Amino acid sequence: MTSLPAQPAPKRLGLVIDLDTCVGCHACAVNCKEWNAGGYHAPLTDFDPYGAAPDGVWFNRIHSYEAGSGADARVVHFPKSCLHCDNAPCVTVCPTGASYKRGSDGIVLVEEDKCIGCKLCSWACPYGAREFDTDAGVMKKCTLCIDRIYNENLEEVDRVPACVATCPASARHFGDLGDPDSDVSRLVAERGGYDLMPEMECAPTNKYLPVRDKQTGAGGTLPLEDASPEGGFLGWVDRLLSDASAV
Amino acid sequence: MHPAYSIIFFTTASGLGYGLLAVAAVFVGAGWLPAVPELGAIVISVGVALVTAGLLSSTFHLGHPERAWRALSQFRSSWLSREGVAAILAYVPVAGLAWGWVWLGEVAGVWLLAAWLTPVLAAVTVYCTGMIYASLKAIPRWHHPLVPWLYVALGLATGAVGFHLVVAMFGAANMRSAGVAVAGLLAAAVLKIAYWRSIDTADPVATAETATGLGGFGDVRPLDPPHTAPNYLQKEMGYRVARKHARKLRKITLVTLFAIPPICVALSVFAGFFLGAALAVIAALSVGLGILIERWLFFAEAVHVVTLYYGEKAA
Ligand code: SF4
Ligand code: SF4
Ligand code: SF4
Repeated sequence: MTSLPAQPAPKRLGLVIDLDTCVGCHACAVNCKEWNAGGYHAPLTDFDPYGAAPDGVWFNRIHSYEAGSGADARVVHFPKSCLHCDNAPCVTVCPTGASYKRGSDGIVLVEEDKCIGCKLCSWACPYGAREFDTDAGVMKKCTLCIDRIYNENLEEVDRVPACVATCPASARHFGDLGDPDSDVSRLVAERGGYDLMPEMECAPTNKYLPVRDKQTGAGGTLPLEDASPEGGFLGWVDRLLSDASAV
Repeated sequence: MHPAYSIIFFTTASGLGYGLLAVAAVFVGAGWLPAVPELGAIVISVGVALVTAGLLSSTFHLGHPERAWRALSQFRSSWLSREGVAAILAYVPVAGLAWGWVWLGEVAGVWLLAAWLTPVLAAVTVYCTGMIYASLKAIPRWHHPLVPWLYVALGLATGAVGFHLVVAMFGAANMRSAGVAVAGLLAAAVLKIAYWRSIDTADPVATAETATGLGGFGDVRPLDPPHTAPNYLQKEMGYRVARKHARKLRKITLVTLFAIPPICVALSVFAGFFLGAALAVIAALSVGLGILIERWLFFAEAVHVVTLYYGEKAA
């Protein structure tokens, strides 16, 4: 049923993405693709993968932005996957019931066998989290790795989404955002986690942690040591190099 | 938004078909037109053919057309589903109208009821079509209260021009058939111009800054896209017609859809049979071209908020 669950889900599983620590390495996108190419939505079709214009289905894409200008400008790496919205427009527009939001944990999924491939859900999503598989003729999207997080064949530590497991900077955190005492909820509260495009009123579950302020002055970077020609080790190196350049 | 030809054809053909059926049903229902079976046969078969062709073409762009029946199940939340249900229900009064008009040669009793239900269900179906687009908040230019009414008005106006053409062929064109077509076109023109004004002056709903939440640092610009080649989102949602072309195409729409047809239709009433029919044909051809451009622009001018992640500044 594509009506949203009447009660807010008791659990609201989702991701918290730390824009301050993300280094833009794309490892999460690659591991997402790797895991999901064999998972719930397999295959994630690629066309012309080694050619000039490769095209394929990805559930997670990493943008990089420049914000501001001059000394205060920042480069921010910005991973984006489905935000598993509470008020998911992608679900309510679906005419077939293929798109649905689970009442038990809030995960938004597509049941491929019911999908007619009308693409309307991808039009309804403000975040670009749904990608059409032209080969299979159905819509695909991030599953929050349901086939990992509930997978009893995996070690308990591995029961987290592939993108979270692989991130070398620990910029992706997985947990229950419906529980105010969970680690992820605390992180959001401490760091002021925010919603993307709140004006769309989708009530996303996933939160983004803002970039921290630059550390300058006291407690920040130490001033460089003066390479004084007067003496000492650095002075000797300086003299040596100056002589060398004179040769 | 990428203007898919199947959707442009579907929405214009079904709008025209429902408009034609609705106007014809009103004319026989009100007794403004004698229930001549030959005329009924032509009007209804053309209307049903257009509506059905439109519905079939809308399934062409589906990934799995064989599962299309499933689209009737979610009418509680989905306008696409509601449209499908309404489209199927609309066949019932049309069948009743056809039975009375073409088979019995008389539209009375229950067949009269069918005649009056036809425009209602036709309008409901076209309204649902409009709401599919108007319900999408992520496309601010579509998420506009005038959008479903524009679909209804344009369906009615194009259908009325079609109806005038058919009756002109039967030598039965009169002030009423012309009047309905002219009034429909002018009403649609007013709505369309008001809609263009409104979307041109509307404040942006979202910006690259709100999309990323990085506005605190200042202006947000993409540095590196996620992939080296354009992806599905950019191909499907990223299409945008150049502003200067949009201006030109809007002018062409105004002339072909809202200027030439009402003039030709109005003149056709005063002309003899042949000239009148010729003028009605010109009006219909002009409307056909105009509505296709109007619909193409409706897609090509729409900016999806996901493009904010790919370099668009505001939407
Ligand atoms: S991010 Fe998009 S696809 Fe995911 S739940 Fe929200 S609206 Fe739906
Ligand atoms: S593409 Fe599939 S999942 Fe999306 S709205 Fe259409 S039927 Fe539903
Ligand atoms: S949760 Fe799983 S499917 Fe979703 S982005 Fe992460 S790895 Fe991909």
